[in-house]
Amino acid sequence: MQEIQLLDAIERYLRGEMNSEERAAFEQLRKNNAEVDERVVEHTMFLQQIDQFSDWKNFRSSLHDVHNQLINNGDITEAAPKATVRELWKRYKRIVAVAASIAGITAVSISIMAYYFTPNGSISEIRQLSQQLNEVKNSQKQTSKELFDLKKSTHSPTAPAKVGGTGFMIDGKGYLVTSAHVVVNADSVYVQNIKGDYFKAATIYSNKQTDIAVLKITDSRFQPFKTLPYTIQKSQADLGEEIFTLGFPRPSSEVVYNRGYLSASTGYNGDTLTYQIAITANPGNSGGPIFNEFGDVIGILSGKQITAEGVVFSSKSKNIFSALTDIKKDTTNNERIKLPTSSHVQSLSRTRQIRKIEDCVFMVKSY
Amino acid sequence: MKTDSTDEKLLLKGLAKNDRKCVETIYKRYYNMVQSLIINNNGSSDDARDIFQETIIVLYEKAKSGTFELNCQLKTYVYSVSRRLWLKKLQQQQKYLPDVQTLEETVPVEEEIEQHGQQQTEFQMMEKALLHLGEPCRSLIEAFYLQKKSMTDIAGHFGYTNADNAKNQKYKCLMRLRKLFFAEFKNNEG
Repeated sequence: MQEIQLLDAIERYLRGEMNSEERAAFEQLRKNNAEVDERVVEHTMFLQQIDQFSDWKNFRSSLHDVHNQLINNGDITEAAPKATVRELWKRYKRIVAVAASIAGITAVSISIMAYYFTPNGSISEIRQLSQQLNEVKNSQKQTSKELFDLKKSTHSPTAPAKVGGTGFMIDGKGYLVTSAHVVVNADSVYVQNIKGDYFKAATIYSNKQTDIAVLKITDSRFQPFKTLPYTIQKSQADLGEEIFTLGFPRPSSEVVYNRGYLSASTGYNGDTLTYQIAITANPGNSGGPIFNEFGDVIGILSGKQITAEGVVFSSKSKNIFSALTDIKKDTTNNERIKLPTSSHVQSLSRTRQIRKIEDCVFMVKSY
Repeated sequence: MKTDSTDEKLLLKGLAKNDRKCVETIYKRYYNMVQSLIINNNGSSDDARDIFQETIIVLYEKAKSGTFELNCQLKTYVYSVSRRLWLKKLQQQQKYLPDVQTLEETVPVEEEIEQHGQQQTEFQMMEKALLHLGEPCRSLIEAFYLQKKSMTDIAGHFGYTNADNAKNQKYKCLMRLRKLFFAEFKNNEG
């Protein structure tokens, strides 16, 4: 309460609202009481502060008014557009420059590195590719050429044969004998000589019992043999007789020679149609001719016993004769097969025998 | 030049009285100059307005003090003050400091700026103190000391039964404001 009265007194004193009596009393109080005097000075300062503040505020608000009014009147214009973008640009110019140069250096070094590391490889790759393209082109050319050649010369089938065997000529006009099991399920049969020429052949006779089949080369490109170097033996071969064979156990047209002996005059379970022979035989040897030491055909290689080692069976050569008889009997075809009558290899050495015989041995491929 | 100088003296006199005509004239004459200064040196149009108004306030304080003697063209003085104020602001904002172009002639105004800055902080303290005072004290104080309304008006406006009641309330508020202000002052000093 005292404080408020004092404040009121000070304010009234400062504003000159006191009458002369009161004023004198207050001035007396100030003189006597240092504390009151201090308060008066302090409050005067504070009120001045407030005054100045209010003045400042008023002036500022009037400045705002003037500003807005002048803007509205168009006496001054705010040059806004220049500001922000340029300001930003100016402010970050250095940073942008540094960033840009870093990016530039990075890009350049990356491209240099790329230049150093990649081009050799890629160029050679490109070259390789073009080479490959050329190769593809060439191989295509070759293939088409081959295809053309094949059409022209050989009718070799492109797919691998289902069954392969061996066959041998019994008549120079193009008749061959092979095993029946080689061609039994064949859609078509091709024969290939040791030179690698293919000829299409037809099965004209097949006997499962004797395991003999007779083929005829139907290909027009086949040039008939005038004579055959060997004869077909009609009589029974002797036990212990030395024998040899030629066959195509390999997928290539490489003829393979093997030799052995006649170990029994009957075959499996006493089969009188076959001999048992001791010879190294492999799949592909089937249908191969079994020659005696004079180069006469005594049998046709047929198969081997899986349960016993070195036991091979051969169809007897006299079965060829019965086959021919059967063919003659068949009225539906008019094949005239004339078996060779004289041997040209009788007194020759084995190698020379083989050299003469091998032309008449064919690889049989059934599809 | 003589006519100019007398004209400028009249302007300053009017400014000291917060004469609206004079303020407008000053505004029209110098605003564009200050604005281009600010905008060409990293500033926005808002910055330009703030700086120009602060410059005018400096001028106003000077003119009001009655001891101000203009030793150069008013234009040069305004330019110098604006430039100084803007450099100070840029420093405070820690923006990249450009070489503020000095195409115009300048005069040393550091003293004024210093004084103005001090005054400015005091005003800001007062503003803060008023803000912390809260209602209805703030309105009461503003009505009496800033808008200089009479106690009877205030009593009617704020719903006090009589002027004495309003007066008592006002003094209580004033005491609190003083406390806040001096607290702020100490805060600032410390």
